[in-house]
Amino acid sequence: MLNAKIPAGPLETKWSKYKSTVKLVNPANKRKLEIIVVGTGLAGASAAASLGELGYKVKVFCFQDSARRAHSIAAQGGINAAKNYQNDGDSVFRLFYDTVKGGDYRAREGNVYRLSEVSGNIIDQCVAQGVPFAREYGGLLSNRSFGGTQVQRTFYAAGQTGQQLLLGAYSALERQVALGTVKQYTRHEMLEVVKIDGKARGIIARNLTTGKLERHFGHAVLICSGGYGNVFFLSTNAMGSNVTAAWKAHKAGAFFGNPCFTQIHPTCIPVSGDHQSKLTLMSESLRNDGRIWVPKKKDDQRKATDIPEEERDYYLERRYPAFGNLVPRDVASRAAKERCDAGYGVGTSKMAVYLDYADAIKRYGTIEAGKRGEENASEEEIIKMGKGVVAEKYGNLFDMYAKITGENPYETPMRIYPAVHYTMGGLWVDYELMTTVPGLYALGEANFSDHGANRLGASALMQGLADGYFVIPYTIGNYLADDIHTKAIPTDHPAFVEAENKVKNTLDTLMNIKGKHSVDHFHKALGKIMWDKCGMARNAKGLEEAIREIQALREEFWKDVRIPGEQNELNPELEKAGRVADFLELGELMCRDALQRNESCGGHFREEYQDAEGEAKRDDENFAFVAAWEYKGPSNFDLHKEKLEFEIVHPTQRSYK
Amino acid sequence: MKLTLKVWRQKNVQDKGRFENYEVSDVSKDMSFLELFDVLNERLINEGKEPIAFDHDCREGICGACSMYINGRAHGPWEQTTTCQLHMRAYNDGDTIVVEPWRAAAFPVIKDLTVDRSAFDRIIQAGGYISVNTGNAVDANAIPIEKHDADMAFAAAACIGCGACVAACKNSSAMLFTSAKVSQLALLPQGHPERTSRAEDMVMQMDKEGFGSCTNTGACEAECPKGISISNIARMNREFFSAGFTS
Repeated sequence: MLNAKIPAGPLETKWSKYKSTVKLVNPANKRKLEIIVVGTGLAGASAAASLGELGYKVKVFCFQDSARRAHSIAAQGGINAAKNYQNDGDSVFRLFYDTVKGGDYRAREGNVYRLSEVSGNIIDQCVAQGVPFAREYGGLLSNRSFGGTQVQRTFYAAGQTGQQLLLGAYSALERQVALGTVKQYTRHEMLEVVKIDGKARGIIARNLTTGKLERHFGHAVLICSGGYGNVFFLSTNAMGSNVTAAWKAHKAGAFFGNPCFTQIHPTCIPVSGDHQSKLTLMSESLRNDGRIWVPKKKDDQRKATDIPEEERDYYLERRYPAFGNLVPRDVASRAAKERCDAGYGVGTSKMAVYLDYADAIKRYGTIEAGKRGEENASEEEIIKMGKGVVAEKYGNLFDMYAKITGENPYETPMRIYPAVHYTMGGLWVDYELMTTVPGLYALGEANFSDHGANRLGASALMQGLADGYFVIPYTIGNYLADDIHTKAIPTDHPAFVEAENKVKNTLDTLMNIKGKHSVDHFHKALGKIMWDKCGMARNAKGLEEAIREIQALREEFWKDVRIPGEQNELNPELEKAGRVADFLELGELMCRDALQRNESCGGHFREEYQDAEGEAKRDDENFAFVAAWEYKGPSNFDLHKEKLEFEIVHPTQRSYK
Repeated sequence: MKLTLKVWRQKNVQDKGRFENYEVSDVSKDMSFLELFDVLNERLINEGKEPIAFDHDCREGICGACSMYINGRAHGPWEQTTTCQLHMRAYNDGDTIVVEPWRAAAFPVIKDLTVDRSAFDRIIQAGGYISVNTGNAVDANAIPIEKHDADMAFAAAACIGCGACVAACKNSSAMLFTSAKVSQLALLPQGHPERTSRAEDMVMQMDKEGFGSCTNTGACEAECPKGISISNIARMNREFFSAGFTS
């Protein structure tokens, strides 16, 4: 059994007690201690800036051309915090409770409580940095509600909350760069962890512009490289989002936690053809007013607007009368898949459902007419007024839909389908965010995190910033305090030489294959296996097939991939090849993890484990644990378990009927 | 659709570079502009040629990585749209499309359509922040901010740092980019303590990087994918001049 090192004592005092008893490093020693941060998203940028402020010598790496472009930038909806500014009964405990329940009882209570505790500090910090959150006329901060909660605790900046938070963290980071405490390496990709005497002591990074390999020493290494949704090829992740840094850490000894826990977001724009390179998310907030339906008749060829009311199946409202269109993400996604698989899908691909605003437009139009005292307004006038109200609330999303699809969502229902969005799994870490390798940490989406088996909306931004601003600055000191006598290790140490050679060999091998197929060819094939057999619904037979198919595909990749260009120059195909090679290993582990978890929980739905009505059946007796996998060699992983104890929130069946 | 692409190819910063022509057939109107490049690159790889290097990442118009100069316009013909969100229904069968990298002395070409925009990071390093360490913040609602100012600060903060303003400007000026950050922070009370040095230092860095001057042609505002207003430049000029009086 793994030990998460959760402090003893009551839930409410664990973190404060930890903070007041943790070891400290004095300022003179901090100057001598070097820390490497890989990734500049919310977790990486906030950690690098905060550690730089404390006086550590920090090096930060990102593969993008600027730290500001990390994929946190694309988060739309908002960030949760238990501020109770709305006086609606919110508290640290309620945020904690909602998160544990929303995660389908597969997260650690101690961690989640700490996350809730620091959530308010995050908002304070961001406002102090000049993050322009939405405000009310009185000048105070505005909130909105999000799925899975009954209070308004989500802070937002239009539909660009991630952008504004990241630019806040990025500005704090650039300030430290200017002050000389942080050295920044853009267009650099980490390709190996260097270990000396069992501890993480540095990395090998490739300068993507020149192709040169570089050795960097650190007393500690922080992996803040985000999630691995791109294993599915099509996802809402950025094109460059990858698992490489986390996977290298895994192969260097860090256990990988709950790899099969992936989040499929229900409202994305459907695939339009083979050329599709990525999927675009439409904010969850659209489900507040839109109604989701498919035709009652199979393979109905009529236009949506020609299908009369009685021939439409509002399947979420039918199946879940209590929550209707506002069921959590995992439930909404599976229900859409069920209808499409049964032959009721719409659009040319038949893999889409309608998200209809006609009712909302009429409803808002009638209210507006009432407000203006135009009781006798014609239907046409009411619809016009209604469109105005909807445009005010959701205009930017409707415009985005129109740009991508060429259809007008004010006139015809939008077509949506679920898409891979977030990965709850990641590197296993203890309470201090340390992996199973001493000195190697994982923050943000890169760790297996606090979201259990399903993440609630507006909680990813909260966790990334909590880890970077408020957790790691304390917990890293507890490790480094014992390391103050370790002088910077010269990078001609044999461990660095060996690690660099290993990277060099892999790159040489890739370049010398000179096969027939592009990297994307393999990536698309992998994505299809993952989506079909380890996607929204999984079963033992499919997973076993997937494992064999991935192994065969991996073999083919290493024999037949074609990478044009040279190693010593900017070579995007070579970059992609390294990332896909890692996805080809991770994909297999995800399937193995999904196969061992004989239950359905959160984003993990095993078809064998459902009730008569098709609802997920969790098995708390046998599966209330974190699956932490140890790498033992190709296709060889050992399962370790961390038992989850629920002292405060007792697991119950989630019901939305 | 069948299209002709004239694309700028340049092996590295030393290479002189040239246009190359590519015929692409079976272009779907539903493709994004970058997906057209994916399809072309896949073909080039299969033919044993080198694919075209271009910066891109989120493909939803927010990361600011994509940066193509299309038929003489930064990010192409659609208003307030990044290259990644431009779709091929903007074009007709038989069209010829010329694609170049951002052209500016301060943005040297790395390869093909990829340029080095690190000058923007250095402008931010010169003062594009509020000096507050983690853990020093007061309660967020202790600083009420008039909604109008907050909204204007947000509008300026929406800049994605893509560099289209520089590419569109005949002087390769970075005034719109720099002024968006100066404005955001000048409009918020949290930004006031440092406003004098911020305006001076950021403008100084901008000049040092080799960006040109502003001659008020407004091309930056017209081509900005996020609709950043040119009034931010006026606000920065005011900040800069008043800094001169007080420092």
